[in-house]
Amino acid sequence: MASRKTDTAGAPGKGAPARPGLPGGRFAGNGSLGGQLVKISLLGLFTALGVWAALPLYVAGNWLGIALVAGVVALVYAVYLSKRAVPVKYLVPGVLFLLAFQILPVLYTMSTSVTNLSDGHRGDKQQAIAAIEAYSVSSPDGAQEYTLTVAVTGSPETGDLVFLLVDDEGSAYAGDAEGLTELTGATVEPSGKVTEAFGYSILTPAEVNARSEELSEFAVPSGNGSGIRSSGLSSAFEGTATRVYDEGCDCVTDSETGAVYHADDERGAFYDEEGQRLAQGWQVGVGFDNFARFLFNPTFASSFFGILVWNIAFAVSVTFLVFVVGLAVALTLHVPQLRGKVVYRILVVLPYAMSSLAMFLLWRDMFNTDFGLFNRMLGLQVDWLGDRWSARAAVILANVWLGYPYMFLVATGALQAIPRELGQAAQIDGAGPWQAFRNVTLPLLMVAMTPILIATFAFNFNNFNAVWLISRGGPFSPDNPTAGATDLLITYTYRLAFNEATAEYGYAAALSVMIFLIVAGMSVISLSRSKALEEVD
Amino acid sequence: MAVHATGTARTPYRRSAGTRFSLWAVRLGWRHLVMLAVVAFAVFPVLFVVSAALNPLGTLSSAQLWPTGASLANARDLFTNTPFTTWYANSLFFAVTNAAATVMLSALAAYAFSRMRFRGRRVGLVGLLVIQMFPQFLAIVAIYLMFTTLGEYYPGIGFDTRWGLLLVYLGGALSINTWLMKGFFDTVPKELDESAQIDGASHAQVFFRIMLPLVTPVLAIVGLLVFISTINEFLMASVFLRDTDAKTLGLGLYQLVSSQRNANFGMFAVGAIMLSLPTLAVFWFLQRYITEGLTSGAVKG
Repeated sequence: MASRKTDTAGAPGKGAPARPGLPGGRFAGNGSLGGQLVKISLLGLFTALGVWAALPLYVAGNWLGIALVAGVVALVYAVYLSKRAVPVKYLVPGVLFLLAFQILPVLYTMSTSVTNLSDGHRGDKQQAIAAIEAYSVSSPDGAQEYTLTVAVTGSPETGDLVFLLVDDEGSAYAGDAEGLTELTGATVEPSGKVTEAFGYSILTPAEVNARSEELSEFAVPSGNGSGIRSSGLSSAFEGTATRVYDEGCDCVTDSETGAVYHADDERGAFYDEEGQRLAQGWQVGVGFDNFARFLFNPTFASSFFGILVWNIAFAVSVTFLVFVVGLAVALTLHVPQLRGKVVYRILVVLPYAMSSLAMFLLWRDMFNTDFGLFNRMLGLQVDWLGDRWSARAAVILANVWLGYPYMFLVATGALQAIPRELGQAAQIDGAGPWQAFRNVTLPLLMVAMTPILIATFAFNFNNFNAVWLISRGGPFSPDNPTAGATDLLITYTYRLAFNEATAEYGYAAALSVMIFLIVAGMSVISLSRSKALEEVD
Repeated sequence: MAVHATGTARTPYRRSAGTRFSLWAVRLGWRHLVMLAVVAFAVFPVLFVVSAALNPLGTLSSAQLWPTGASLANARDLFTNTPFTTWYANSLFFAVTNAAATVMLSALAAYAFSRMRFRGRRVGLVGLLVIQMFPQFLAIVAIYLMFTTLGEYYPGIGFDTRWGLLLVYLGGALSINTWLMKGFFDTVPKELDESAQIDGASHAQVFFRIMLPLVTPVLAIVGLLVFISTINEFLMASVFLRDTDAKTLGLGLYQLVSSQRNANFGMFAVGAIMLSLPTLAVFWFLQRYITEGLTSGAVKG
């Protein structure tokens, strides 16, 4: 602890704990040798990590990224080699993670929420034009034909598609969405099929089939408005584009139909006179349109506000029921001479100790119409999760089952802290048991329980697993297949971004921001009433 | 029993059996009735999952509340027909690594917040509360887009890898848990570390040798909470881990029953028990800390 040299001894508020000057002079508190060695090796490790992070950035020529990496490494060195700024040494590790993987994503969410980023609006305009031209390729007579092997980079289910192409002369190429490159070091069968290629995993026919929809839309641009597309699963042809972009008019002309599509830089796509657009567009800023859609567009606003009401009702009823059941169990067990208390306690807490993820799935299967436990025991054929009200009741019931043990534990702890004499004194004064509980025990209990109830409410407000694993947000009404009866805002967001036919990242990000605003609004109200922040010490 | 404890001294021995019973029923008997009902509610799904795991037929439609037979066929199926061990290893990797790293990062920050006075301290503490209003999974779209790019530069931390998802989890390391820890650190008398410093200990030695051993209960409880919430985390894992071999046990079980709900139910039940075992074990070992830690305001994920 040598920061003493630079600090005046005991000066408070200067980056070191306030303490009196120490005896021992310069021999005091320099840390152990072992500690120094650990520190040096950790710094070395971190440097190695920095080099590892910088290499791919260097290859890609991303100088901004390299500067960022170098800056972080330099910051870490400055903090840990300096004898000052002791608090920073303890805060840096956690704060770096917090900045990179929580605060940065939050800011990124906000910036995404004002764009139209989605399937069909992913890249910039140049990429959209290349895709349009390649996609419109049609086969002229005598086109260059290739034997096609479909491969991917990465995993077979999700990796980017690559066409491994072999022409008549036996030369092999790899074509991806960027263009055509020569393929070396591949094993090619006499038929022209590629059986092995370094860096690519070749799909089995079943895997190709699973992605056939993607395949039919995939085209490799090969320059000059021409592109390579597949015809069937094992051949591909090179043809010329029927849709060509003209920079002069900033439009795309379809030479087959004669239609002209003009670029609309506000909506990020090409539109013809009738308002028909080409599927491939680009990402543009749309201001607050995404938010406006949820608030004012009749269909989306009704989904959004319907979900919001149910979301609040869900969080309130789960919190309330969990509290009532947990407290009731705690009160029932809150007598000294009850036999078997320990056994009761263990059994009652059991749901809390089970894996909630697996238990949600279990509840879903117990509610199953054909095979579920409830229907078989009761001899019914009720589609519990198919009706909006029974599905909502089911979701709440499962959450009460999982949540009340926690309240029971907390309430037991709080009850034990309340002197028994208080209740007894009230009863001597003539209060009945209910009056004594209502007017003496409960108010004292609420002091300890209120923060926990707020936390439980906030947790359940965004309880993704609780709804997604049981009902997936359903049941859905036929006229509105995107918003289900049990959907929470967070499951609705998730479906918009990851589970629909088209991924609507812009809308989903806007929804996230709105959830944030709602939660923040509720927190500000509850915090300002509980004064928790004033006690920050 | 109860009658002796409560009966007034006047006529304890003349009560008939009927009076004794009705007194017992009023004082304690109804409590047993209520508790039996609650226990039934608490235990029946657990009983059902155990019974289904042992059910020789292994289907949802044949599973009864009470075990009808005992067979390990489901467990054998789970081990041979699915990459169960890989899934389980993945789940435990995320839960253990994230719990350990979060405890470490949080304890470091809590020590600074509790023992040192510096500019920005109050802002930092309040900021940690504020950032809680924007839970990490709300930014999932942005995290997904970020890692699409990051994965191109560093395949080692992209999708379907352990390290990528772990990094994201660690972004949430400083959270309400840090508050919990700071509160506990505050209860350790300052004189202890001051006397150690007088004896020549550095701030690091005070932290590792004096503070950490004294705050073990809160470290345990935070570790437990993070462990449980990580092993049950579904949203981000489902976005990150799409490859069958990269999945966690939770995702694997989800996939198992979503494809073949009836036929695979026995395997699912075995998996559900296996997924609960670490949680049960952690609960068992940490039970004496649980009530204390929970009342300090942490919420199970």
